[in-house]
Amino acid sequence: MSPIDFFLDLINPDLSFLPKALLIAVMSSIVCGVIGTYVVLRGMAFIGDAVAHAVFPGLAVAFVISGNLVLGGTIAGVLTAVLVALFSQNRRLKEDSIIGVFFVAAFALGIVVISQAPGYAGSLQQFLFGSITGIPDEDLFVVGGTGLVILLVAFLLHKELVAITLDREMARSMGVKVFWLDIVLYVLVTLAVVISVQTIGNILVLALLITPAAAARLLTDRLGVMMLLAPVIGAASALVGLYVSWSWDLPTGGTIVLVLTAAFLLAWVFAPRHGVLARRRPRSAARAASPAANAPAFAGQ
Amino acid sequence: MRVEGVAVELGGRLVLDDVHLQVARGELVGLIGPNGAGKTTLLRSILGLVPTVAGRVLINGQPTRAGRNNVGYVPQRHEFAWDFPISVEDVVMSGRTGALGLFRRPKQADWAAVGDALDRVRMNDLRQRPVGELSGGQRQRVLVARALALQPSTLLLDEPFTGLDMPTQELLSELFMSLARDDRAVLMTTHDLASALYSCDRLALLNRTVVAAGRPDELTEAQVWMDCFGVGETSPLLRILELAR
Repeated sequence: MSPIDFFLDLINPDLSFLPKALLIAVMSSIVCGVIGTYVVLRGMAFIGDAVAHAVFPGLAVAFVISGNLVLGGTIAGVLTAVLVALFSQNRRLKEDSIIGVFFVAAFALGIVVISQAPGYAGSLQQFLFGSITGIPDEDLFVVGGTGLVILLVAFLLHKELVAITLDREMARSMGVKVFWLDIVLYVLVTLAVVISVQTIGNILVLALLITPAAAARLLTDRLGVMMLLAPVIGAASALVGLYVSWSWDLPTGGTIVLVLTAAFLLAWVFAPRHGVLARRRPRSAARAASPAANAPAFAGQ
Repeated sequence: MRVEGVAVELGGRLVLDDVHLQVARGELVGLIGPNGAGKTTLLRSILGLVPTVAGRVLINGQPTRAGRNNVGYVPQRHEFAWDFPISVEDVVMSGRTGALGLFRRPKQADWAAVGDALDRVRMNDLRQRPVGELSGGQRQRVLVARALALQPSTLLLDEPFTGLDMPTQELLSELFMSLARDDRAVLMTTHDLASALYSCDRLALLNRTVVAAGRPDELTEAQVWMDCFGVGETSPLLRILELAR
């Protein structure tokens, strides 16, 4: 299918679910790209994974009682994130063990809950691997609104979130509330995951959070540039992924993740300074590209 | 900066007991002691980061409180995420995060303070450089500039010499001495006895409490050093001390 046919399908009123799916996928990729930048730089991909799995019981409960999926997922995800933050205050166990305990437990709870719903195999598959059909119109507003709130909070707390990532001890000494900022960040990650689960699915959503930010990190040494690049990579991959999956009748979530992975591998190979090819250049060329790090002579006064 | 009878308990163990220490403005004081003597804990209690079970810490006559006490802190170099994509000047600005407060963006006065701090450590030429590309000595100077961005009257340095070669250590020592001469109280923990003996105005030997304190030339008694470090009279430590005199 040519891109033009894809475009015609997008504006075909009989296929109204398609533009909705595209819009939701692109919006969630943008939000995940920005939040994923913090996740990647903090080295907390595992927490992202945990939160992604932990929203599942909330989605399941909301599904069984026909409630709001976004709300249900958020409550479950935030609850798990707070439990992890609280339990990891105990120094005897490392944070990753605590996460390992809670996120599997949450996922197990989700499976038990959803098994109580009629027609459970189909809905389970939909939750785990995503679906582009059956997205209600109101979800566009829920995802868009939630996404804007997430980006606004990240923007307002950016300097504090950077400070606790750079150096927690120094941040504490400056009176920055490290514990509360951790919780805020976990909540932001949870919300980003919840609004993305719909199209890409619960298992694959981690890719939306991590892969674009990881690729962006390879391409730049500037935080601002990274925070612009990650959502661009995510959104472009969502667009291409949906196009490919629609053309060849492939599962949407899986296709988007594979496109993202391809983008990451391209960055890995071709990144201007840190890519495989750039490192292979003869040393002299590399040195000419970046002026030698010669500090000025230094003396006390 | 005055520490008055401070005691700190960590995990049910008394890590610091009845610590008395004073650092005046204009003075560079070295805090010396073996591993586990409580050096970093003392710095953290001066910052107001660990609760004390007895005693108090006064900064300019006021009880210490994290984020409210005009103390510049330079933690050990490995505490910092050097792989973070950020420039030198932005790191130094991050030292003003607490002073700026929530939702505030840096203003011209903040950038002026950052510029001054970078000038002070001679890093202004590299202000745009990503921190990941700096050498060990340059990194240490960035962390000092970050602490100076607050324009503090008291400066705490935790093991600033670790992992640096001798010429770099000497340049840093001179910087610390000159920072003290500029009317700051500077307290530095270090394992490097030679540097400490040479550059510090006074030394405090710490092992759970201050075993001895004074000018380097006053701390001549071998027994004091043996007690503090728990070594015998044949220890190379004592020979180094004699050589240094």
